[in-house]
Amino acid sequence: MSLYTAETRRLTKRRFTRFFLIGVVLLLGAIAAGMFISNQKNTPAVVAEAQAKADREYQQAVVQAEAERKTCESQPGSDCTQMWQPTREDFQAEWYMPPTFNFRKNFGDMVTTLAAILAMAAFVIGASFVGAEWSSGGMMNLLLWRPQRLKVLNTKLAALLAVLTAVTVALSALWTGLFVLIANLRGTLDGMTSGAWQSYLIMELRGLVIVLAAGALGFGLASIGRHTAVAMGVAIGVVVVLQAGLGTVLAMAQVKYIEMYLAPTWIAAWMNKSVELVDYNAPCIGANCEQPTMTLTWQMAGVGLVAALVLVVGTAMWTLRKRDIT
Amino acid sequence: MSAVLEIQGLQKTYRSRKGVRKALDGFDMVVEAGQVHGFLGPNGSGKTTTLRTLLGLIRPNGGRMAILGREVPQALPEVAGSVGAIVESPQFFGNFSARDTLSLLADAGGVQRRRVDEVLELVGLRDRAGDRVKTYSLGMKQRLAVASALLKNPRLLILDEPANGLDPGGIREMRTLMRNLAESGMTVVLSSHILGEIQLICDSVTIIAAGRRVAAGGVAEVLARHASSSVRVRLESASDLTASAGALRDVGAQVVVDADHLMVSGLAQPSAITRTLAARGVYVSELSPVSVDLESVFLELTGTAPVEGEHRQVDQTVMAPTGPAQGGWGQ
Repeated sequence: MSLYTAETRRLTKRRFTRFFLIGVVLLLGAIAAGMFISNQKNTPAVVAEAQAKADREYQQAVVQAEAERKTCESQPGSDCTQMWQPTREDFQAEWYMPPTFNFRKNFGDMVTTLAAILAMAAFVIGASFVGAEWSSGGMMNLLLWRPQRLKVLNTKLAALLAVLTAVTVALSALWTGLFVLIANLRGTLDGMTSGAWQSYLIMELRGLVIVLAAGALGFGLASIGRHTAVAMGVAIGVVVVLQAGLGTVLAMAQVKYIEMYLAPTWIAAWMNKSVELVDYNAPCIGANCEQPTMTLTWQMAGVGLVAALVLVVGTAMWTLRKRDIT
Repeated sequence: MSAVLEIQGLQKTYRSRKGVRKALDGFDMVVEAGQVHGFLGPNGSGKTTTLRTLLGLIRPNGGRMAILGREVPQALPEVAGSVGAIVESPQFFGNFSARDTLSLLADAGGVQRRRVDEVLELVGLRDRAGDRVKTYSLGMKQRLAVASALLKNPRLLILDEPANGLDPGGIREMRTLMRNLAESGMTVVLSSHILGEIQLICDSVTIIAAGRRVAAGGVAEVLARHASSSVRVRLESASDLTASAGALRDVGAQVVVDADHLMVSGLAQPSAITRTLAARGVYVSELSPVSVDLESVFLELTGTAPVEGEHRQVDQTVMAPTGPAQGGWGQ
């Protein structure tokens, strides 16, 4: 327990951790402020004005369509039966309203945004937490004090995950509260039944898992390479080479369901419970000529996440156990 | 007296694309309780590898080690609380203060926080304890490293080059500290290149070269064992040096002729020198035994004395005299 306390203190005392989290909070604040500024509450006056504008547009469209039909009919041999005839549904009032924050419709994207930003921060903080210890010699000092390699590394990882959990839960609660406020002031909370709240809570829990996984992956990679830069290098390599490069190569090769090979698709499947992929390279099928589709579920994404974690963290443990510390 | 540290037949081999290098080749070492023990060896001889292996950072390929009577590395977690150590240059996280660094170690090792201030006082860092370590000089970092090793109030203190970077006053303070610690019952193993210091403060020494022990025992004992019993002889007239050297060689002495004196060894009694020379009408103006020091014994045993016109390579010792021999890369 004393080692765990020391490692938690070490992590929270680090200036890098503090500055990075302050940067994350500022970024989240900027996003929330942007959402607040770019949305407006639809008051009865705003709705009435939008309705009036929709009506005017509809009337103008009817007049214009009538004029065009007459012109068409005046030309012998023209088929005017297929001409567009405006309907009320084509001019809905909400299309003429300023954007408004509909909590039920829009908060899901905000949860994904929060999870993505926190996951990135968790990866870097996790990598730096153990990487800086290795490169500064602190890890060797610690192992002289506690010559139990796996226990030390596991305790460090546990301390990291505990701090990340606390930060993510606190920021998720703050984030939810902030957008409830934004919805109240600049949008609506209509449709937020207990089921909808529960659904968002579960989505935030899935976001927490992504954050913890990213932290553990950064920690594991930096531990394998014994330097923060190794984890960062792998991350940049994966993004540049595997994601951008692989995407291009697969597109050129006209591979089926290209997105299936890209990490963001799996993250989206995890966060949104499922993602439907369309094979645009295949010939269409059925009476409506539809492209074949494939659905990635959060369970499939979860298996991939666990596999990546076992591989990276397991290798980190194995290398620490086997390699000399010089 | 019981042994606090025992090493028998320790072996460590490094393999790489360049070949195999035996860093430790059956190394033995014994340190008795309450002693200040010097651990000496030239660069690359295996000192730091020995200490790292002893402390569980490196896995040996063979041999046996025991600390405080317990086999290590198996029992290292149990004995770690009684062993304070610094290995090689002091390394700390630069953005933490000395107090933070030590209090984190204290937490990790279950040591009471008040001990932090005690050791900071002991090593002379009390007034700079709140400063970030990256602002410290090498000597201050060295003091912090010693403080971290003392934090546990260990029974066995292992210090690798503790005087590195210290100013003369700091070296003297460190010497006093080591002696005081030994007097309080702590056993201190001191690895250093400052042989004068080792001779001053150590009770016993182990000398390592090319991964093997080449000498061990009490300092006086090692000096006596390897003293060459040379005698410096000056004559009334320097013009008699060459002829006198010949006369002494005739009676079985080994003689080196220098510009103004002879270095004579190999005779049981110095009186044989005066008798031999007087018989030839040559009179001695000075006849003095040459005292041996630890540095000369070290250089002799490890074969690392500088030779004019030659550039000795790191792995080139008395055990591995030339080229890619045993103990060097390329085996």
